[in-house]
Amino acid sequence: MIDAKVLERHGLTKDEYDRIVGFMGREPNLTELGIFSVMWSEHCSYKSSRVHLKTLPTEGPQVLQGPGENAGAVDIGEGLAAVFKIESHNHPSFIEPYQGAATGVGGIIRDIFTMGARPIALLNSLRFGDLDSPGTRRLLEGVVAGIAGYGNSIGIPTVGGEIVFEGSYGGNPLVNVFCLGIAKASDIIKGVASGVGNGVYYVGAKTGRDGIHGATMASAEFDDKSAEKRPAVQVGDPFMEKLLLEACLEVMQTDALIGIQDMGAAGLTCSTTEMGSRGGAGVEIDVSLVPQRETGMTPYEIMLSESQERMLLVAKQGREDEVERIFEKWDLHAVRIGHVTDDGMLRVKERGVVVAEIPNRALTDEAPLYRRPMTEPEYLREAQQLDLDAIGSSEKPVPGTRASHRGDQNTALLAMLASPTIASKKWIYRQYDHMVRTNTINMPGLGAGAVRIKGTDIGLAMSVDGNGRHCYLDPYRGAMLAVAEAARNVACSGARPLAATNCLNFGNPERPGIMWQFAKAVEGIGAACRALDVPITGGNVSLYNETDGKAIYPTPTIGVVGVLTHADRIVGRRFQESGDVILLLGEGRGELGGSEYLKVMHDLVRGVPPRLELDAERALQALLVTLADDRLMRSAHDCSDGGLAVTVAECAFDTVGIGAEISIDGTTVSRDETLNIAAALFGESASRVVVSVVPDQVTSVLRLAAGAGVPARVMGQTGGSRLRIAVAGDIVIDQSVDEAERVWSTAIDRYFAQRVA
Amino acid sequence: MRARVFVTLKPSVFDPQGRTIVDALQSLGYQNVADVRQGKYFELDLATTERAQAEKLAADVADKVLANPVIESYRIEVD
Amino acid sequence: MKFGIVVFPGSNCDEDALHAARDLFGHDADYLWHKDTDLKSADVVILPGGFAHGDYLRTGAMARFSPIMGPVRAFAERGGPVLGICNGFQILLESGLLPGAMLRNKGLKYRCEHVHLRVEQIDTPFTAAATRGQILRIPIGHGEGNYFAPPETLQQIEANRQVVLRYTDPNGRIDESWNPNGSVNGIAGLCNEARNVVGMMPHPERACEPLLGGVDGRVIFDSIVLTMRAAGSRELQPSAVGASVSGERS
Repeated sequence: MIDAKVLERHGLTKDEYDRIVGFMGREPNLTELGIFSVMWSEHCSYKSSRVHLKTLPTEGPQVLQGPGENAGAVDIGEGLAAVFKIESHNHPSFIEPYQGAATGVGGIIRDIFTMGARPIALLNSLRFGDLDSPGTRRLLEGVVAGIAGYGNSIGIPTVGGEIVFEGSYGGNPLVNVFCLGIAKASDIIKGVASGVGNGVYYVGAKTGRDGIHGATMASAEFDDKSAEKRPAVQVGDPFMEKLLLEACLEVMQTDALIGIQDMGAAGLTCSTTEMGSRGGAGVEIDVSLVPQRETGMTPYEIMLSESQERMLLVAKQGREDEVERIFEKWDLHAVRIGHVTDDGMLRVKERGVVVAEIPNRALTDEAPLYRRPMTEPEYLREAQQLDLDAIGSSEKPVPGTRASHRGDQNTALLAMLASPTIASKKWIYRQYDHMVRTNTINMPGLGAGAVRIKGTDIGLAMSVDGNGRHCYLDPYRGAMLAVAEAARNVACSGARPLAATNCLNFGNPERPGIMWQFAKAVEGIGAACRALDVPITGGNVSLYNETDGKAIYPTPTIGVVGVLTHADRIVGRRFQESGDVILLLGEGRGELGGSEYLKVMHDLVRGVPPRLELDAERALQALLVTLADDRLMRSAHDCSDGGLAVTVAECAFDTVGIGAEISIDGTTVSRDETLNIAAALFGESASRVVVSVVPDQVTSVLRLAAGAGVPARVMGQTGGSRLRIAVAGDIVIDQSVDEAERVWSTAIDRYFAQRVA
Repeated sequence: MRARVFVTLKPSVFDPQGRTIVDALQSLGYQNVADVRQGKYFELDLATTERAQAEKLAADVADKVLANPVIESYRIEVD
Repeated sequence: MKFGIVVFPGSNCDEDALHAARDLFGHDADYLWHKDTDLKSADVVILPGGFAHGDYLRTGAMARFSPIMGPVRAFAERGGPVLGICNGFQILLESGLLPGAMLRNKGLKYRCEHVHLRVEQIDTPFTAAATRGQILRIPIGHGEGNYFAPPETLQQIEANRQVVLRYTDPNGRIDESWNPNGSVNGIAGLCNEARNVVGMMPHPERACEPLLGGVDGRVIFDSIVLTMRAAGSRELQPSAVGASVSGERS
């Protein structure tokens, strides 16, 4: 009955099958095979990535919960913990953008409240292909609407994020969603099942045939009726999740729970197995007791269903009534579907008859572990070659820009500001409720997302960042830069970075070139996290992001969380007043490798990403936190995509027209003077922040910077209605701030025809 | 018995969703689709075998809950 | 003076409203669960924002059948002050406590941003502390804020001075491009004929602390205090305006 075709449909190799038979001491039946197939899938077992992930730093005095649970947790003081994680929902979002993104949001929110934390903020990191393509626009609209639809309904503010448009993601959009919640540090709840005889309860939406991948039948044959039973796209119900959230948080306050876990990937299978495993116990359930919304569901389907908004919990003996009553108040039914055993088995019954029986260990600890072959990919050496002299002398007209810029840096700046990756994302974040819960102290687009914590003086800042282009050109350095950028964004707001979560989006790991990218990226993340003292508390891996053998750029996205000792000392990116002094912390080296400038103006993705000195970055971030705490910065904005010129321009936007006049050094990177100037303006050297300071505090800032070993110099001052930048004494940019802002703020709107006023 | 209730926006109410659909259809080449109005469709499973009773029940439900009389009107089919 | 904040399954801004009433303004405040019929001696009732009952069928449509709405309706008929914010406004419309209905935003997209409002009438419990023509900068967050009333109803509403707040440009001028959702006559807030029930789409509770970006929402809360004081309400707590100016916890 189980032949090669069936194995293939289940994504299992012959070796893996033999391993299963070894554990079971017999051939598995189809239900058991289904259970193994999901637990041993890449998504649940991390079989290709575990050996590498083990090298990441995950500990620190601030870490209350590292990887291994539903989310990570850090101590933020005041007896509180921040519980957070990032997850991907890439493939479903390509298939059904709205529901794919919505259920992604739903999933990560559940991961947070299942730990006993009330979710208070969301971020997202989205990557799409070129906006010129109607397919991309459709994806963007659907994904944003899905995130908005779910997040707004459930009442959790989306306070920030990043969006990148790059051809590489055309057929494989990336939808990474981050959620953060707050709990009392002493009240964090684990997903554990223990205590023989304790009841295992199911609560939430009824189970249907959503998201059952691959094989769907109890037999291996397909017939006419099969088409109707084809796995359905998962549809999210934020209202149901809101009820679950409130009910679960209420139940958690009673301490009547042993453990609780949400049913996400691999639904009932994963939650029962993992809870049992963590508790060193076994779990026995009867699927005929599981609330179902379709008729004729088989044990296979019930165990593999990925219907949304469902939780599994274990109640303390004698407290079951209490638990049931609280759920009833919220019009939910907690149904007892089984109990905890002491035999370490996952035992599934149907109307009392055993239909599957597997040692928990085999599904979790003993899942395959692969050390996949890695080889440096062939494209790499060549792509890292960047002959700036050759570029300088033969500039191509850039599709999409209005004019050839031939020496005119003003046109170049406008082209950069109009580039969708850099342009204002207001079209997007205006659709997200970013103010619900009245905690948001830094609005989207103005810096790291930040919330205050009511009842305390503190606040939390958070940022998700990544750069696929950098990682494509050097995965080790690119990944380090991503960690640095996320932590730097948090530090710019005045918050001390505490910990990180990572979402690793890559192609097919069975290809040695991709596996090499993965391993190098993980090394880079580890190095940066160690140096910046932001341990990884959890995260997600998404592999097989490729179409027709063409993989996406290797794209680790990093979420960093930091704490503000005084929420009211938060710093944003906008200039506050005319007459303030503009300083540059850090130093530029005119590095154009992998830059937005090279892509927008020359349609090139080449070179090596900017250098990163981790010690310098560390010192810079500590300095930023000190400056903010001492109230010495009026604004702070880090240099990333588009370099210094774009950064300074952005500081002037949304300020009702406060311009700037600055002067910077020249740089020599080629024989072409225009390119040298462009390198100074748009080079993406790391560890740089543009800050504005009240004039009589400049001396203090320079003194503190010197003491910290951070290069700092005065560049100019705010004021006027123009943006003027001089390089090596010559004014090369002289723009009306209003005009530049108009280009930046309407760039994305333009792609969407106004259908209704 | 089954009742089908069709709820639509009253003609005087501007329907931006319908408008969007028309624009999209026309840009796809369906020049002959002059207008689209979007509405809602409900299927009611009624525990009665009498047609008149079913119609009355459906109308009652439509009046009280399914349609908002300020902006919507409805029609019923029973079989 | 006591605030009663109704909580439906799916309400999201109940905590925000309580925080404003109790922590920022120092008043007694309590939640009123939708299944109960006890208003707990509230002097003012607030229907907060959110997605009551998932907004399924139509926004605010199912909430009107909740048991708490019976007592709320009776309270309103007795002249008790009722404020519906966003979803609360939608519920008041579906309940018939305010005339008209809510449609999806004309642009079909949810919008979260600051808007400018002009105070049109100051003889309601929630605008008594404002001046006629005062401009308020307050956030909205909604996908269905496109207010609609059939022509005859609209005429009556305007004639009766029931429009309390209108969307305007930053200088108080009515301008279609500053109307975030297409609502007819730029109506952002409305009262009933008896002038004790007010519904508004913008969220005043999101504009009461400088730390959050603006304090123009305070006047809504100051107004109810002023009104109750004038009506001789006992046990009136002085508004803790001074203590909360810097946004610190009370």
